[in-house]
Amino acid sequence: MIESVVFSLLNGVLYGMLLFMLASGLTLIFGMMGVLNFAHASFYMLGAYCAYSISQVLGFWGALVLAPIVVGLLGALTERVGLRNVHKHGHVAELLFTFGLVYVIDELVVLVWGQLPVNYRIPEALDFTLFSLYGSDFPAYRGFILFMAVAMFAAIYLLLVRTRVGMIIRASLSHPDMVGALGHNVPRIFTFVFAFGTGLAGLAGVMAGNYFITEPGMAFAMGPIVFVVVVFGGLGSLSGALVASLVIGLVTTFAVGMNYSIADMLASVGIAFGQDSVLGINLSRFGPMLPYLLMVLILIFRPRGLMGSRES
Amino acid sequence: MSELKLALKRAAVGAILTSATALAFVAPSVSMAAEEPIRIGYIDPLSGPFANVGDAGLKQFRYLAEKMNAEGGILGRDIEIVGFDNKSSAQESLQMLREAADEGIHYVTQGNGSHVAGALVDGVEKHNRRNPDNRIVFLNYAAVDPTLTNEKCSFWHFRFDANSAMKMKAITDYMADQPKIKKVFLINQDYSHGQFISQAGKELLAEKRSDIEVVGDVLHPVGKVKDFSPYISRIKASGADTVITGNWGNDLSLLVKAGDQAGLDVDWYTYYAGGLGTPTSLGKAADGKVKMITEWQENLAVRFEADELRSMLEEFETRYDGIEFYYLRVKTEMDMLKKAMEKAGSADPKAVAFALEGLSIDTPFGTASMRADDHQLMQPLFMSTFGSDFLEYDSEGTGLGWKMDAEIPADQTAVETSCEMKRPERTS
Repeated sequence: MIESVVFSLLNGVLYGMLLFMLASGLTLIFGMMGVLNFAHASFYMLGAYCAYSISQVLGFWGALVLAPIVVGLLGALTERVGLRNVHKHGHVAELLFTFGLVYVIDELVVLVWGQLPVNYRIPEALDFTLFSLYGSDFPAYRGFILFMAVAMFAAIYLLLVRTRVGMIIRASLSHPDMVGALGHNVPRIFTFVFAFGTGLAGLAGVMAGNYFITEPGMAFAMGPIVFVVVVFGGLGSLSGALVASLVIGLVTTFAVGMNYSIADMLASVGIAFGQDSVLGINLSRFGPMLPYLLMVLILIFRPRGLMGSRES
Repeated sequence: MSELKLALKRAAVGAILTSATALAFVAPSVSMAAEEPIRIGYIDPLSGPFANVGDAGLKQFRYLAEKMNAEGGILGRDIEIVGFDNKSSAQESLQMLREAADEGIHYVTQGNGSHVAGALVDGVEKHNRRNPDNRIVFLNYAAVDPTLTNEKCSFWHFRFDANSAMKMKAITDYMADQPKIKKVFLINQDYSHGQFISQAGKELLAEKRSDIEVVGDVLHPVGKVKDFSPYISRIKASGADTVITGNWGNDLSLLVKAGDQAGLDVDWYTYYAGGLGTPTSLGKAADGKVKMITEWQENLAVRFEADELRSMLEEFETRYDGIEFYYLRVKTEMDMLKKAMEKAGSADPKAVAFALEGLSIDTPFGTASMRADDHQLMQPLFMSTFGSDFLEYDSEGTGLGWKMDAEIPADQTAVETSCEMKRPERTS
């Protein structure tokens, strides 16, 4: 029993942290710019593919540094050329713009790298067992993902709260005219924020692309769940995203481990129920649905999310 | 007004004259209809998330048609493969079937997804009832739901892949001979295909090796799970030494990779580990651990010294860089169609369908025959293991390839059918 709890905890935290790496950039962009970036998961995919191509030449470590920068630059370009012009037409236009971008990036990835998965591997240096627990191995790469995610949270937090740059960024959102009057280039700050956010998505792609599979469907597979995390945590809240990621990671993982149904539970308190009814379905089969259920519930009872500050 | 009328009259007369001359030119070609190509409609996803699989299949059909045409085609006519994009949807497939019928196509082929195949069987039945002069034969090269040759069997449907029940029988027959297997875990996708494997696997194992303990049986949603670690923990905790899974695509790759990363030491018995792109994403995580049951893998051509197949697969792979010659059954399908048409002496769908019943051809691996009772092809199946120990061809440039473990002769793959075939009258 304790064994499965420990494993579920480890697995849940890891999955949660992976979600957080992706969600942090999305929530940052929304919090700072008010732009809901539908194409966020597409930048994540670009990160994985860039990392694959770069690692062919420079190895994994080169890719770890360069791929997020490349993706960040692409993000900057997107903001400068596209979003900034669309911005004046309001939020719906921005939403539609990023929505279209999803398909453009999807097709581009297929054109450049093809339909099939690419062979993006975990680096040799991290391909060993960190420790064994109850006979199960904990790979070093998972430790590395955890470490990077924590470091990322700390770095973003410090950047925003403790540095001058962070102060200007936050001020640009609440008092753009004042910041502009003080001689700061507000549009450029927005470009920077967007580039930073997409760069973070790129970094998540570098880390997750080899842990999972780098293939053209990866953005589509990750997109919805990241939105759930951000909505659940509260749009724009970094700590909210962290908590939401962990909650969703743990809930999904623990549900999978459960090998009994609601009918079983009822039976144990003396209420007999047919095993063939809906209640007889094993709880583990509900696991992947739970995050979406959580999102629906939080939207009903606390529309701004766990730690969101915005009312809408 | 009268001028306008005159002009109209002239135009009408002109039109009639032109069409008459056109008819005069067309008329001879009607009598030469035998020279027209025999067209096969290929209804599979050519766009969307499964486009890569559909596209690879189309290339293989076209390649084989080209080979056949170079040798004189069928009854002196060329074969033409016409691609129809069904976007993996049953609804869309019926639309495509109608389109194919409108174009005068009498043969359609499809493979990806039993839900699509099921819809097509119904669609073809309905079409043939309404259009007795313009019938369609459905050649199924990969949809493996057993019901298609049981409850839902149709005279117009022919299946060239072993169905899921036959594959499961072959897997459990093989497992029964492996004394080291003690505990088995089943993990499958939560839809008809996975549910069938889970149920049939348990039944067959209990029947053949009652000492084997089924220590787990899990269904997970299709294509939704990113991190399989929790499932791996469950497999590990169950103490299983063998896992059976009907998973395909990413659901299979992610599962096996997560197992490898957690140091899970089990043998994986799969249906689809050889699928397009899967060897690439599996990589060395699968080395020596993953087995599959198929009618074909490339190293069989080396082992059975099938030189014709070897030159074909090499030519195909050079031409379509990166795409493997994945379906031997596509070749079997085309060869049998040719033989049936030659036997029937025409390309008439009904005559050909009757000719296909009970027809057998020789393949390099043994005889393949179309069982008349349910239109299910009986062919030898092979259990193979993925790893560094292989004969000649590696998969998708991974440096790992398939090695044959066992051959299951065609007659031993047979599973009883509940089909009560309703045949049309031969002369009508």
